[in-house]
Amino acid sequence: MKVVMAQECIDDARQSFGTARFHPASAPDFLPRPQLGILQLQRLQSIVRRAYQRVSLYRQRMDEMGVCPEDIRSLADIARLPFTVKNDLRDTYPNGMFASPMEEIVRLHASSGTTGKPIVVAYTADDVKIWSEVMVRSLACYGLHRGDVIQVSYGYGLFTGGLGVHYGAEALGATVIPTSGGNSERQIMFLKDFGVTVICCTPSYFVHLVEKAQDMGVDMKQLPLRAGVFGAEPWTEAMRKYVQEHTNIRAFDIYGLSEIVGPGVAAECECQCGLHVFEDHFYPEVINPETGEVLPDGEEGELVLTTLSKQAMPMIRYRTRDITSLETEPCACGRTIRRIRRIGRRSDDMFIIRGVNIFPSQIETALMAVDGTVPHYQIVLTRAQGLDRMEIRVEVTPELFSDKVGAMETLQKKIAHSVLSITGIHAQISLVEPQSIPRSEGKARRVLDQRNM
Amino acid sequence: MKIRQLSVFLENRPGQMKLPCRALADAGINVLAMTLADTEKFGILRFIVKDPAAAQQVLEKAGCIVKQTEVLAVQVDDRPGGLVKLLEIFEKANMTIEYMYAFNTNRPDGKATLAFRVEDPDAAIKA
Repeated sequence: MKVVMAQECIDDARQSFGTARFHPASAPDFLPRPQLGILQLQRLQSIVRRAYQRVSLYRQRMDEMGVCPEDIRSLADIARLPFTVKNDLRDTYPNGMFASPMEEIVRLHASSGTTGKPIVVAYTADDVKIWSEVMVRSLACYGLHRGDVIQVSYGYGLFTGGLGVHYGAEALGATVIPTSGGNSERQIMFLKDFGVTVICCTPSYFVHLVEKAQDMGVDMKQLPLRAGVFGAEPWTEAMRKYVQEHTNIRAFDIYGLSEIVGPGVAAECECQCGLHVFEDHFYPEVINPETGEVLPDGEEGELVLTTLSKQAMPMIRYRTRDITSLETEPCACGRTIRRIRRIGRRSDDMFIIRGVNIFPSQIETALMAVDGTVPHYQIVLTRAQGLDRMEIRVEVTPELFSDKVGAMETLQKKIAHSVLSITGIHAQISLVEPQSIPRSEGKARRVLDQRNM
Repeated sequence: MKIRQLSVFLENRPGQMKLPCRALADAGINVLAMTLADTEKFGILRFIVKDPAAAQQVLEKAGCIVKQTEVLAVQVDDRPGGLVKLLEIFEKANMTIEYMYAFNTNRPDGKATLAFRVEDPDAAIKA
């Protein structure tokens, strides 16, 4: 069964809805739960059949477990299916997970993995349409509409960020400026000269743009910019506060991963209390990462996603390695689709120091708890005489700088104390010169692990 | 009297002090007095110039973090005990000195100028 957003629906939005509060593409967000469940089950049964018939990895695993597509009679039966992990996508490179012949595939993307073979994902024409649909629904969630001028500063290319947001923003009926990442001065020139109202990029790149604007004498608060769509890396509430205070915009979180579709898997609404998962296309579960057992709604664990409609590359129970919980309490916005709590912890980013698990977001929270700090930091891990050391490099700003050595040392101590109270680890705090921590145009590289393990 | 002092943040590694000094040199700004505070991880270069606002602009353009603070400039007799007399005044007024340094000496009037960083320079002047 194929259900895609009709082109007329998009055209309709462009022509007659203008700045209306309700975008027709958002309708599935408000389905009554029982009907949503029926739709999900129909789609689940169909996608499991497709995966079983067309992808040998799924068939083998299901056969081994003695489960066949006909065994899926309720949504709860999903727990009988095997998990899929990132390495499965590496091991089957280049096209072992494709469920469509190449002539039906209209697009490939690849993940930004730094080691080994890239993870390549494929889309049919319908997959691309559904991707646009969920992106329209994400942008509508933020209260964006036709008339908005959206600057897409996510990288264009193999990375899903740029093109994913691009097509969604166009389908929304907004004006799109595809600047891609980089050339920060030009980014700011466009923000200023074309009345850009929305910027989409990684939060760390936006912080860099805010700083650059200051250098250029451009007051971000005077620009028409009203919203930021930030994702592709975990970021904290402290970062949101910093960004909103420095720019007069509302900073919204967007969640996605290329293995599932790219950006547009889940998005915050104007209530900013968790991200609504577009669960008519992406079925969410939260599991205990140790045992694989499905956890009840509200409990924290690893997010597992199943694509319910993706034709070219169905993902069955894909383990995202992102830690969150599913929130079922009704949202003030009226959407019935469930929310995931903001993801601050991604198992992939976690590092272990002296036996303690630490996430970069914890360091960010600790750092930003100290007045006057900016979110430019880097964590350097080293090992000397068998002992792990964590150094946190923090850039000094005019607000932080004092001519008194004592005051600077107090600042170091304050940061170290804040890190200690959140992580339980004594960190060495190094105050470094402004601009000495490399800026990233995409995902920030927060951790330098120099331990030779 | 009160004068404006400039401070610059430096990382503790070779060549760091050259950047601000080069920037000032290129702008033709002469340094009248300076001191370098060092810790294990960073340093603070503090100095006095004739036109602190202009020097601050030059340094910020060069990418330095600069701060202006008021310090107390006091002339004392350039002979043994010259400083002690002044310190006695500070002590009586119960004032602590964060740090201090001297301007170039060997002046024809036999006076030496010292810069003092204190919590409240106005109170120090009165004392």
